Amino acid sequence: MSFPKHLASSTGSAVAIAALVFAAGTWVLPPWLAFLLTLAFAKGLVVLGVVIQMRAGLVSFGQALFYCIGGYIVGLASQSLGISDAFALLALATGAGILMALACGWLLTRYREIFFAMLTLALSMILYGALVKSSALGSTDGFNVAAPSFLGWTPQGDAQKQALYLLSVAVAAAVAIGIHRFMVSSLGRVIEAVRENELRVEYLGLSPRAVLFSNYVVAAGISALGGGLTALASGHIDPDMAVWTTSGEFVFIAILGGTGHVFAPFIGAIVFSVIRTFAIQEAPHFWQMTLGVVLLALILFLPKGLWSLIARDKPAEVAT
Amino acid sequence: MKSIPHFPSQTFRLAASAAAITLITGMSASAVAADNGKYRIGIVTFLSGAAAGPFGVPASNAAKLTIDTLNSGKMLAPYTKIGINGLEIETVLLDEAGGATKQAEEFRNLVQRQKVDAVIGYISSGDCLAIAPAAEELGVPTLFFDCGTSKVFETVKNPKYLFRTGLDAVVDNVAAARYVAETRPNIKTVASIQQNYAWGQDSWADFSLSLKQLLPNVSVVSEQWPKLLQGQYGAEISALSVSRPDIIHSSFWGGDMEALMLQGGARGLFDKSVAVLTAGETGVETFKSNVPNGTVIGGRGPYGAFAPKNALNDWFRPAFTAEFKADPTYPAYKMVQAILALKAAAEKTAKPGVMPTSDQVVKGLAGLSFEAPSGTVKMARTNGHQAVQDVSFGEYRFDPKTGKGSVANVKTYAADCVMPPDGSTPADWIKAGFPGAKCK
Repeated sequence: MSFPKHLASSTGSAVAIAALVFAAGTWVLPPWLAFLLTLAFAKGLVVLGVVIQMRAGLVSFGQALFYCIGGYIVGLASQSLGISDAFALLALATGAGILMALACGWLLTRYREIFFAMLTLALSMILYGALVKSSALGSTDGFNVAAPSFLGWTPQGDAQKQALYLLSVAVAAAVAIGIHRFMVSSLGRVIEAVRENELRVEYLGLSPRAVLFSNYVVAAGISALGGGLTALASGHIDPDMAVWTTSGEFVFIAILGGTGHVFAPFIGAIVFSVIRTFAIQEAPHFWQMTLGVVLLALILFLPKGLWSLIARDKPAEVAT
Repeated sequence: MKSIPHFPSQTFRLAASAAAITLITGMSASAVAADNGKYRIGIVTFLSGAAAGPFGVPASNAAKLTIDTLNSGKMLAPYTKIGINGLEIETVLLDEAGGATKQAEEFRNLVQRQKVDAVIGYISSGDCLAIAPAAEELGVPTLFFDCGTSKVFETVKNPKYLFRTGLDAVVDNVAAARYVAETRPNIKTVASIQQNYAWGQDSWADFSLSLKQLLPNVSVVSEQWPKLLQGQYGAEISALSVSRPDIIHSSFWGGDMEALMLQGGARGLFDKSVAVLTAGETGVETFKSNVPNGTVIGGRGPYGAFAPKNALNDWFRPAFTAEFKADPTYPAYKMVQAILALKAAAEKTAKPGVMPTSDQVVKGLAGLSFEAPSGTVKMARTNGHQAVQDVSFGEYRFDPKTGKGSVANVKTYAADCVMPPDGSTPADWIKAGFPGAKCK
């Protein structure tokens, strides 16, 4: 599969344009929608972590592990260490996610398919169990995260939410460009080769385990970043962030959006959030069913995800 | 698929779709929330999940009954005015299921998209903690009707828009310890079985600290921590039986509580040990003869089976039973209480027949004293933002002739006896020996 160079830069500028459109929305969008988008971008980062592992043929049913670590690191650093800067907190969250992945990756990259899925799920449920049992961290109630500052600037009220929205747009755009570069780099392409035929990759003189390991670590880093961003935006963290249904939601959004492009997870996350909030509003007693039916229909008619609406007449760009 | 003409570039398509999503979602929003002259209340309670059956659904039923009655103008004095301040009430019902992050998002949608004038809701303490700062930020009167965490007003120190019209969980456990100390002063041993999550952990901490103050010679012989909604308690019941405690304290609620009582009863656990159930009131209807007489139960305040005799209760209990074919349990009482609090507050400060503003509502509600089916409620703690009420505990009695359960030997504790004064955290207050407590 050849990949013309100009397309890589075209995706870069598309991300930049989309980011600018969303950033301009700060002053146009109703506040509730900006808040919804803030959380959707944060969620999109975690889903992107799921998607880049799907490209390697691995389905992580425990991505919530890193989402939760990111959230709790932000909460703990802000509460116990008194760090209030959003950038420092997010850097800590990402770092913690990467460290955790470095520790778990050695074990997990030995496994494939259902074994990988179940092990990732088990690890996230261990964290969930530990958090529920720790009353010092508020157990299932969790605890609140103070509003962050931005390089010494502490906005109040609406400005606080707008700043967080802009931050989430900027972070999502930066990560999208970075991951796109990663996906079209030689390492990124080998990841697809590993999915197709691991043995052949070994014959080429490459170590599939090392490739999958670095992929796993990258996925963990951006997922923890998404968790940290969620903690800052919602102002509250609890162990539900690590529970398996949260991971399931990420996998679901990954399938909904499609795995064809870095944009897909973000589109999936936004569409999911919008459908969910209107389902809750319109059918308080049946919103789960409404959500399920709509999403099932979307997947039935768009088996390659929402992205296939945009890339319909093009050959798949980086993955099928 | 070469037939389709190409757009200028993929860049264009991407930007266009991003813009389209933004536009569509933005437009769909502005269509809702017309100003129709009705007073719009957001009601948030569990409509799905484990807490829906015992708590959420009775509460939403009580909300429906109360709001229908208010809108028809048939409510008893002093609530005879139609709706709230003469304006019809419009309800926006939401499901509380799905976790605190989602609730924080939906709370903003409720206020900013659906433009509700006030929010009443939240059973889960985690949801209350997440909502508390948002309520203050958005400046909409928010009444927590049920959640029990004592940390709500630690998170928001000087609340303006945030109120809790029910009691917190500390009160239950201090009262339970006092009830045990008064009715069973000679006990030597106590055991505990709690669901291993925030509610269970906090409940046991408060109860064991209080009991240590009141009966210093009692020793804890067993602590069991099954997980929430485990359902089967065989191993825990064995451990409790072997430790032979005089009393067993449990903060179990709903289905878990009933399962524990049935399974423990079948194995003779309660032949020698008395269970103390701080949330046992929801089972009075269903226990029948399966739970021994003398089991100590509480109702998280003067609600349900512990509700006093007054005109509002004489209306509420039969009306609820007639409409929903079940007796109202404590969450139902607490919901009515929150709605009546909002109505009383709005009508105290706003001009008759005029839409009350947020500031008028919160000004009227702070320090308010109002009537509810559970008696007189005073908003008397945390600058008038936390309700104060008496708390009752009693013993379960089953009458085989009528086939109905009831409570006997009821003891009621004044709020000043079981609630810490403003400014001291519950744990410090209990450890210091309840300074300033005024008991009969």
